[in-house]
Amino acid sequence: MSHIPEDSLDSGAGLPFLQVRNLRVHFPTDDGVVKSVDDLSFSVERGKTLGIVGESGSGKSVTSLSIMGLHKEGAARISGEILLDGRNLVGMDREKVRLLRGKRMAMIFQDPLSAMHPYYTVGAQIVEAYRVHNKVAKQVARKHAIDLLARVGIPNPKSRVDDYPHQFSGGMRQRAMIAMALSCDPELLIADEPTTALDVTVQAQILDLIRDLQQEFDSAVVLITHDLGVVAELADDIMVMYAGRAVEHSTATDIFNSPQHPYTWGLLGSMPRLDRERSERLQPIKGTPPSLINVPDGCPFNPRCAYAGRNGDLSFTERPEFRDIGGGHHIACHLPTEDRHHIWDEEIRPKL
Amino acid sequence: MSTPKPAGELLSVTGLRKHFPIRRGILQRQVGAVQAVDGLTFSVNRGETLSLVGESGCGKTTTGRLLTRLLEPTSGKIVLDGRDISHLSMSAMRPLRCDVQMIFQDPYSSLNPRHTVGTIVGAPFRLQKVRPENGVKRAVQDLLELVGLNPEHYNRYPHEFSGGQRQRIGIARTLALKPKLIVADEPVSALDVSIQAQVVNLLEDLQDEFNLTYVMIAHDLSVVRHVSDRVAVMYLGKIMEIADRTSLYERPMHPYTVALLSAVPVPDTSRRTRRERIRLQGDVPSPINPPVGCRFHTRCWKAQEVCKVEEPALAELAPGHRAACHFPENVGGSV
Repeated sequence: MSHIPEDSLDSGAGLPFLQVRNLRVHFPTDDGVVKSVDDLSFSVERGKTLGIVGESGSGKSVTSLSIMGLHKEGAARISGEILLDGRNLVGMDREKVRLLRGKRMAMIFQDPLSAMHPYYTVGAQIVEAYRVHNKVAKQVARKHAIDLLARVGIPNPKSRVDDYPHQFSGGMRQRAMIAMALSCDPELLIADEPTTALDVTVQAQILDLIRDLQQEFDSAVVLITHDLGVVAELADDIMVMYAGRAVEHSTATDIFNSPQHPYTWGLLGSMPRLDRERSERLQPIKGTPPSLINVPDGCPFNPRCAYAGRNGDLSFTERPEFRDIGGGHHIACHLPTEDRHHIWDEEIRPKL
Repeated sequence: MSTPKPAGELLSVTGLRKHFPIRRGILQRQVGAVQAVDGLTFSVNRGETLSLVGESGCGKTTTGRLLTRLLEPTSGKIVLDGRDISHLSMSAMRPLRCDVQMIFQDPYSSLNPRHTVGTIVGAPFRLQKVRPENGVKRAVQDLLELVGLNPEHYNRYPHEFSGGQRQRIGIARTLALKPKLIVADEPVSALDVSIQAQVVNLLEDLQDEFNLTYVMIAHDLSVVRHVSDRVAVMYLGKIMEIADRTSLYERPMHPYTVALLSAVPVPDTSRRTRRERIRLQGDVPSPINPPVGCRFHTRCWKAQEVCKVEEPALAELAPGHRAACHFPENVGGSV
């Protein structure tokens, strides 16, 4: 395996490590074009964590797969720019992306049982990932694998390295996958629902582990989840996605303390919370997420939004622009600012 | 169907055990047993919701299947509405299925993809040979309307519905025979947050309307607090703590409950630094060879010698609040 030549584009100079600009991922199907991701822009710096939150079908996993270059060739139409340390990954030769994958960017998948190969030992799989990118002897790689397993908290790593995935418990498999992802010290780590399949006590262990490792390696982390509690634990910034677009993006503190988009209000209102008095009734968002083939005209959230139509017909005819409303807080919503503050203060906040 | 009696015990379980034998060799001799459920005693009153919570492998799903008698208990007694159902045969159990129904976790695999919604929701009538007053079709449409689906969708197939709608179909089927007890196994964990809230609200409305009794099996402690009247925390096939909701969440006594509660992520960034979290080490031990003494002692930070030897009894430490621990927390304070 050849090493990637360090080109002169080595950014370092203040540019975010990962920048996504106007990313579109469309899948042509017999029923029409599925616009899974539509005009999405965000960036993540080294040492920071971005949480991407949304329901199923909001495009969060498709985004992460396109950053990793894991969409099948021909199946997806990808446009826009994905800049990893200044280099655009969209349209880059697949072999070149393959050399970056694992080395500079790595991914933790939701279900470690299906993401790991059942036929090879855990050790063999970590060794393989390591040796693809580093020319070292098998013994050295094996030593490295054992160290990594110890680092992620697997007991008896020397003997467990020769176990098969099915011999590990769910939490240990997730740790092993994190070890695999970390084998080449990636600078960008994408965690797609890393704890959804796990019990709360194990979830807490894994979240702590991701946080510790990030501090150690100073990597950029993208955390994809539907659980607002999980992002609150880890994320510095949060992007809320709906129907393939970002609807709100700000710091984690802003999103939880003064969310501005009705969809974010809805998400916060629908989850029961342990840190508050028990409410008599949850406040669900009515309806279901839209089909991505027939995204509603205007604001895609308008059929489910309790406040649609407060600004004339705009919600139904015009797509709201994703704009800065001050302090880097971005939202895509037609609600007039005054109304929005009023609704948040009077109606939403007291109920949360 | 009989009119619901206002209060009192609907279900009582005593010393319930389920051991799955492990057989090896040509003679298939039993070499051990998975002690999935090992001595449960609890009761459920009419119209209340009891939740069973715990990590995976703690036996909560097995308990649900024992209560609905999809499994035969190894020992112990299940009394439903004054009748012992612990060892009834399939055919003797059948008429009682009108009274006990189940909601399943996965709305994708629990509906037959080749049947229309009408057939699925009407199946209980057909199987139990019940003739609704205005015909099966009318009854099914009423049920669909009740759970918030369009009755016109009678002839559609499950794949035409979203996850939340499918779960509603499952709930409609459950309600068809007006059961007294509904065992709901993780009814909302496969759904999106916004849909989860809709289904939780629906379950609560139905409970109020028909005076239903729920045994809810769940792992999400926030949802459990929202829906339950009483909560039982399970660990390795045993109940560690059982109490009414407020008491359990505000004054948890068992260290395991304390740890579970502290591990729940809270959507509040300011708590990130303040929070003192109890980290449990390792995984749940195997139910084939559970630890002797207190089953939790291998992961418990309060464990002492006595915990390794003597199993603590599930004792009533405050009115209506039982915990099985030698060194319980939050005891002696104002109750």
